[in-house]
Amino acid sequence: MSIIEIRNLTKKFELDGHTITALDGIDLSIEKGDVFGIIGMSGAGKSTLVRSINYLETPTEGDVLIDGENLANLNEKQLRRMRSRIGMIFQNFNLLEQKNVLENVCFPLEVNGVKKKDARKRAKEVLQLVKLSEKEKAYPSQLSGGQQQRVAIARALATNPQILLCDEATSALDPQTTFSILSLLREINETLGITIVIITHQMSVVTEVCKKVAIIDGGRLAETGTVEKIFRNPESDAAKELISGKEIRFTPLSNLDTGRKIRIVFKENSAYEPVMANMILKLQAPVNILKADTRNVGGKAVGEMILGLPEGESIKADIISYLTERGISVTEDFENE
Amino acid sequence: MNEQVIIMLLEGIRDTLYMTFGSVILGYALGLPMGILLYMSGEDGLKPKPVIYRILDLIINIVRSIPFLILLILLIPFTRLLVGQSYGSTATIVPLVICAAPYIARVVDNSFHEVDEGVIEAARAMGADNWQIVWKVLLVEARTSLLTGFTITTGVLLGYSAMSGTVGGGGLGDIAVRYGYYRWDTDIMVVTVILLIVIFQIIQNVGTKISQQSDKRKR
Ligand SMILES: Nc1ncnc2c1ncn2[C@@H]1O[C@H](COP(=O)(O)OP(=O)(O)O)[C@@H](O)[C@H]1O
Ligand SMILES: [Mg+2]
Repeated sequence: MSIIEIRNLTKKFELDGHTITALDGIDLSIEKGDVFGIIGMSGAGKSTLVRSINYLETPTEGDVLIDGENLANLNEKQLRRMRSRIGMIFQNFNLLEQKNVLENVCFPLEVNGVKKKDARKRAKEVLQLVKLSEKEKAYPSQLSGGQQQRVAIARALATNPQILLCDEATSALDPQTTFSILSLLREINETLGITIVIITHQMSVVTEVCKKVAIIDGGRLAETGTVEKIFRNPESDAAKELISGKEIRFTPLSNLDTGRKIRIVFKENSAYEPVMANMILKLQAPVNILKADTRNVGGKAVGEMILGLPEGESIKADIISYLTERGISVTEDFENE
Repeated sequence: MNEQVIIMLLEGIRDTLYMTFGSVILGYALGLPMGILLYMSGEDGLKPKPVIYRILDLIINIVRSIPFLILLILLIPFTRLLVGQSYGSTATIVPLVICAAPYIARVVDNSFHEVDEGVIEAARAMGADNWQIVWKVLLVEARTSLLTGFTITTGVLLGYSAMSGTVGGGGLGDIAVRYGYYRWDTDIMVVTVILLIVIFQIIQNVGTKISQQSDKRKR
């Protein structure tokens, strides 16, 4: 039996007389012990989906079953008890800013009626697990983003949940911190056997830790399967876009002796490859791709590349004019750290 | 200034503080629950109840739109019923509380709205019920803002308590009116005004300091 079973889940919002269908007939099974990724573009319905798993959002149609128990059949009190068996972490950590780390971790325990003394004991245990014991007296504002997320993880684990829901938990963090948080999540999954659901818009997060993935597009389930299968052989357009368009990382094979670096920005990610390939063919210019990334700029995803150019002023001018003609922004003499 | 005047001024200070803090405390006893109810029943509150919200909202607006002096006079029969007389410090507390409670409710509602919704969502996800959210999240996270509101409210009530002096409310305002207005003894009036300013400053400074110190977001 799946630990999370989502059947025909539909969620509609009424907003100023309009009906927004945030989720449209989602069917999904998540097995015990999985690290399950749910990926999709902004507005795809990911947050609504994850919030339906602990019934912070009540479905308009369909069912959510946790460990075989249909949440629709629970009363308020039973639902609250069920929620304490499901941990949740967020993009903005959502810690109590006026309480210190230890008090934050004690919070879910006290809410669930654990005695103060026992709560503190348990809180210290989980803080040790996330390697933040020395910060127990600190306030959230004194911690880095990564540390705050560790506190949030400790808080989510305090009540010994079977499931941990992560809604864009690494989206506010830099790549290194993201990596360390994802490692921690993997460790939690392996040592404690907690089922983890990871919501993200970043393919790199999914490929880093998830075993299985579901792709959400416009409130519908576009594709689901093992990460390996979808990464190798994406079938839906949404999957293809998420995989090919985003965050392709080229590591330079060798640090070729490059004179000049330029930074180029694409408006459309899909324009990457043909433009680059054609340029190299046409100009016979061996450019070195030092970095390729996708960034969120003012809510829009833009592709960014840093190129190392071969020596020579004329070839540089040719490359720059070739790119600018195709609507690509070029920053000259760009120094990358 | 003779001894009698000094005693009178000291008693004035005592009565002013009695009226101010008496009405603040009773005002909060009434206004804080009202504010909580206002927040909870509001559209984006913990448990939206449009009808309750609208009634509460209307009552608050009505009371707040009546100038304090008029409220003071309007409430005379009610005050007399409650404390047996309509003048003096204790009697003045009645209209002060009626005036303060809706104001406090608004201030509390405002402070609660400043709390990050994500934190409330997190508490809910951990299984907290609405009352736990009020006690353990809202009152804690809005603490600094609530204390600032408390300070401002106390300042306002100090001013109103002095205003009530015009109709025999007691305290420094009463002295200022009696000596300054009816007897043209400007010396005493100036002294009472200075005393009011000093009390106001002390309340402001102490209140601001306490609310700043309660804030753990910086440092
Ligand atoms: N409370 C709400 N009221 C109205 N519309 C909402 C609400 N929550 C989400 N939506 C809408 O539902 C859609 C999906 O939102 P969301 O689940 O937050 O997407 P994601 O997390 O994938 O970015 C969006 O169009 C969003 O505007
Ligand atoms: Mg989201």
